[in-house]
Amino acid sequence: MFRILTQRVLGQSLLQQGIRPGAVASASRCFASAAKDLTVREALNSALNEEMSADPRVLLMGEEVGEYQGAYKITKGLLDKYGPDRVLDTPITEAGFTGIAVGAAYHGLRPVVEFMTFNFAMQAIDHIINSAAKTYYMSTGQISVPIVFRGPNGAAAGVGAQHSQCYASWYASCPGLKVLAPYSSEDARGLLKAAIRDPDPVVFLENELLYGEAFPVSAEVLDSNFALPIGKAKIEREGKDVTITAFSKMVGFALKAAEILDKEGISAEVINLRSIRPLDRATINASVRKTNRLVTVEEGFPQHGVGAEICTSVVEESFGYLDAPVERIAGADVPMPYAANLERLALPQVEDIVRAAKRACYRSVPMAAAA
Amino acid sequence: MALSHLSSTRSNRLLRPLAAAASSLCRPISTSTEPLVIETSIPFTPHKCEPPSRSVETNPQELLTFFRDMATMRRMEIAADSLYKAKLIRGFCHLYDGQEAVCVGMEASINKKDCIITAYRDHCTFLGRGGTLLEIFSELMGRQGGCSKGKGGSMHFYKKESGFYGGHGIVGAQVPLGCGLAFAQKYNKDENATFALYGDGAANQGQLFEALNISALWDLPIILVCENNHYGMGTAEWRAAKSPSYYKRGDYVPGLKVDGMDVLAVKQACKFAKEHVLKNGPIILEMDTYRYHGHSMSDPGSTYRTRDEISGVRQERDPIERVRKLVLGHDLATEKELKDIEKEIRKEVDEAIAKAKESPMPEPSELFTNVYVKGFGTESFGADRKELRATLP
Repeated sequence: MFRILTQRVLGQSLLQQGIRPGAVASASRCFASAAKDLTVREALNSALNEEMSADPRVLLMGEEVGEYQGAYKITKGLLDKYGPDRVLDTPITEAGFTGIAVGAAYHGLRPVVEFMTFNFAMQAIDHIINSAAKTYYMSTGQISVPIVFRGPNGAAAGVGAQHSQCYASWYASCPGLKVLAPYSSEDARGLLKAAIRDPDPVVFLENELLYGEAFPVSAEVLDSNFALPIGKAKIEREGKDVTITAFSKMVGFALKAAEILDKEGISAEVINLRSIRPLDRATINASVRKTNRLVTVEEGFPQHGVGAEICTSVVEESFGYLDAPVERIAGADVPMPYAANLERLALPQVEDIVRAAKRACYRSVPMAAAA
Repeated sequence: MALSHLSSTRSNRLLRPLAAAASSLCRPISTSTEPLVIETSIPFTPHKCEPPSRSVETNPQELLTFFRDMATMRRMEIAADSLYKAKLIRGFCHLYDGQEAVCVGMEASINKKDCIITAYRDHCTFLGRGGTLLEIFSELMGRQGGCSKGKGGSMHFYKKESGFYGGHGIVGAQVPLGCGLAFAQKYNKDENATFALYGDGAANQGQLFEALNISALWDLPIILVCENNHYGMGTAEWRAAKSPSYYKRGDYVPGLKVDGMDVLAVKQACKFAKEHVLKNGPIILEMDTYRYHGHSMSDPGSTYRTRDEISGVRQERDPIERVRKLVLGHDLATEKELKDIEKEIRKEVDEAIAKAKESPMPEPSELFTNVYVKGFGTESFGADRKELRATLP
């Protein structure tokens, strides 16, 4: 997927070419000055490589991260470069190796734990929450836990119910954790580097289907000192009629929806959350105060999800600014089915986002008859 | 050196008054480091290893330190019992009285760069790692002077600077964490080891075997110490474990069964274990021990055990009485001197409690501190966020 990123500098020339500038980020800088294409996979790999090079306390642990070069090849080449003392293949025992990694972090090392998918992390969730997230508080600052838990989150394609859950809202409800969800390669590099450097436990939710996607990145993004701030959302596309929040893969869908809405005269502002915890309530509320309408988009189960938190935040802080009820697009409230048509129905599609945005703008077509 | 002469013979007792008079002039109490070799109560039972010798090297000073340390722990736990009943300690309170020999013997064989991690029965382990009575009582009562500034409570004591990593509430979780500490020690090329303590209840946890497998594969300097007090809360070991031979449960990992009520046996076993793991990877020590109290202050401890059993252990195997007999038998102190030590300890404990009671409760703003090392100015909220919110620095 090729996404047009513009800067004020390029905006003019693109306009001259008849290409409409997609986004001029005012809330945060846009780094697409000299575009080189980088896949999300390459972005993650380079981030891991640079942080391991910079700090000898950083090490990788997980299933197949070493000799197999990574189940999704994210850790390719790192065993050869850093050796088996720093890139550790583990047995298939999440509770055990996650506990070991957290204990190593207690002692001052900086482990990066890979879960083959976050579905398997449920076997280790006690260590993520009770051993990692809460320890700094319980020890009143004696023991910090500078650990990163990373891996694919959410649905892939056709992998069924046990391999498709999105855990963003579960982890993001826990004080003591930070939860990040990159979308683009710039996000992947910047947020992973920030996560590894961060002294607190970070849950880093990637997406398998994004690994192969290429995004243009600037020289600044490729610099080894590059990092993105934790807790700051990015306005991917400015707009004035409706705010659409999304994270991870759904950002791409939201941007496509924004293109479609644009043709129908609705200017959508797309916010890439980047950070689920801390949640950038300030950026979200500022946007809603501008547009007066909100659609939240996420892939995960709807009940008690990320959208529910965003909706409540906006109702609490910006109630008077809302001109329409908040719309919520989420995964279907069912375990993920396998059949391709049902799977499609179980996940948000671009047309769902478009429809919800139109509803928020009182431009909807009559509802289809109930199934 | 001279063999042990465990003699509380009549002749000794008769000689005592004369000896006492003479000794107050020339017998050094508790400062002599003249080596003394004493046999453990029973031999060690090995699993896939050569057991250490039953003959343990010690000295009068060490024995008297053992006495004092264990008596302090005993007094502290009994005082905590009273404080709990007076509702000054809330929530959970898991007492260690009866098990003192395990942490005291362990400390005698290791240093503060070795790490200890345990579960929630941690008051005495913390004291052994250099914690103070004041910190302990303050923490139990939720005061600022507590080792976790009142925010941890009974189950969450930590002292990182002396290698004590808590204090954990989830049964079994501390074992993989301990293997992680050992991993870091090996990664840093320290010549130190980690002792991960757990109970007979936790010994069946899957994560323990997962972590042990990895530790054995990676040759980590980890000693798993099963403090087998024979009851996982109200469930006797034979009802919970198909094989209650916990020292053998490591299968391919060697183990040693130790009389956990004999502080010298514990010391010997821990010394042996540390040397072993620094060369050969993990080992399991099973400490055969006993807790006089129930699982916690909510458990009378007598619905699943007979009072005869409890008093029987107290009479036959009490770790402090064992050391008292040794001290008296070797003429290292008089009964009166030992009683004076106990009186002193009682006074120390009472003073610590009085001082702890003066420590204030934490400031309300402490609700929001130490959530993150770096909060980036993010907001946190109280129950009513329009009433109470804070910025995390």
